[in-house]
Amino acid sequence: MSTPTIEREPVAADAIQSFTATLIIRRFDPEVDEEPRWEDFDVELFPTDRVLDALHKIKWEQDGSLTFRRSCAHGVCGSDAMRINGRNRLACKTLMKDLDITKPIYVEAIKGLPLEKDLIVNMDPFFESFAAVQPFLIASSKPDKERRQSPAERERFDDTTKCILCAACTSSCPIFWTDGQYFGPAAIVNAHRFIFDSRDDGSQVRLDILNDKEGVWRCRTTFNCTEACPRGIQVTQAIAEVKQAIMRGKP
Amino acid sequence: MTTVDVETPRSPRRAERSGRGINLEKWGWIYMRASGVVLVVLIFGHLFVNLVAGEGVKAIDFAFVAGKWADPFWVVWDTLLLWLALIHGANGMRTIVNDYASNELLRRIFKGALVVSTVVLLILGTLVIYTFDPCPDVSADQLELLPSFCGVGA
Repeated sequence: MSTPTIEREPVAADAIQSFTATLIIRRFDPEVDEEPRWEDFDVELFPTDRVLDALHKIKWEQDGSLTFRRSCAHGVCGSDAMRINGRNRLACKTLMKDLDITKPIYVEAIKGLPLEKDLIVNMDPFFESFAAVQPFLIASSKPDKERRQSPAERERFDDTTKCILCAACTSSCPIFWTDGQYFGPAAIVNAHRFIFDSRDDGSQVRLDILNDKEGVWRCRTTFNCTEACPRGIQVTQAIAEVKQAIMRGKP
Repeated sequence: MTTVDVETPRSPRRAERSGRGINLEKWGWIYMRASGVVLVVLIFGHLFVNLVAGEGVKAIDFAFVAGKWADPFWVVWDTLLLWLALIHGANGMRTIVNDYASNELLRRIFKGALVVSTVVLLILGTLVIYTFDPCPDVSADQLELLPSFCGVGA
């Protein structure tokens, strides 16, 4: 193989039309503000930019006090879930060209969790209910060799292994908004991932935990979670499968 | 070689109050689905017989109702319809109260009002279905109040 070279001239930057978009961001500084307030910013962007790029431009060029979480910036770490035009999305996976840029773009923190600053919420309640479903392999047997699993058995829970714990689903759930007692979709998705894992022996424990008054039965199948999931997990279906497993008494 | 027992890192938050005795939320959920399926048949049967079959909606009058309740089939049908639909509706309202009434006192008041109204309506409705008599014994001066099909009166 030859040394890789650039075979084509890079497209000149001005070939792609840039435009000015208006972002209206719900700001909150706990040291100054009593109530959150909306603030608008005009940003020069390309259609291929993402909402996260717009936030970066604002933070780096206009207002350094703008506060938000992001880590990998490529849709894997699950840090930058936020409410974009009223829908829970990852800022790093939402392209400007997919939004209606003739109107302002509203960006705010996810709902249902305590607001700390600007786009940052306290994720503790979310991770508490995640931890409550015991999201780790419980294998009581001591195998002499490796735990084997057929492709079909692996396929059974494949969808729910994709969760990145961004909280987009849980914070889009109207039941979670009301009193915060409900486990929320993300915790049930992660319980599903182990309940239907053939190598796991703790299904009964998790089914008992989710058979609680505040467990799966509070799900009203509004499908907000499925719509919000940036990984395309069929969240509502996973919850329904857990309900059925509880009815059967086994996975 | 000895194995080290690692305890479960954190005991589940709600383990102590989960799954003791019968789980009302679970049975409520099952009831909603089961009664829902039966109600689809009962309600559309009810609507069809009352509004579409025969002369249609024009047929409904006192005599029509009296005729239906002279038949044990419709007595059972309407009783089932009454109980299943009322409890289905009340349970639905209960879940809405649970979801949206965040104040504990308000929640109790709403649920109390729901239980009272549901029980009163169930008793009243059942009483009407089973004690309904289109031609009761009345004194002579009230005979003209009876419907014409009773064979007396004017």
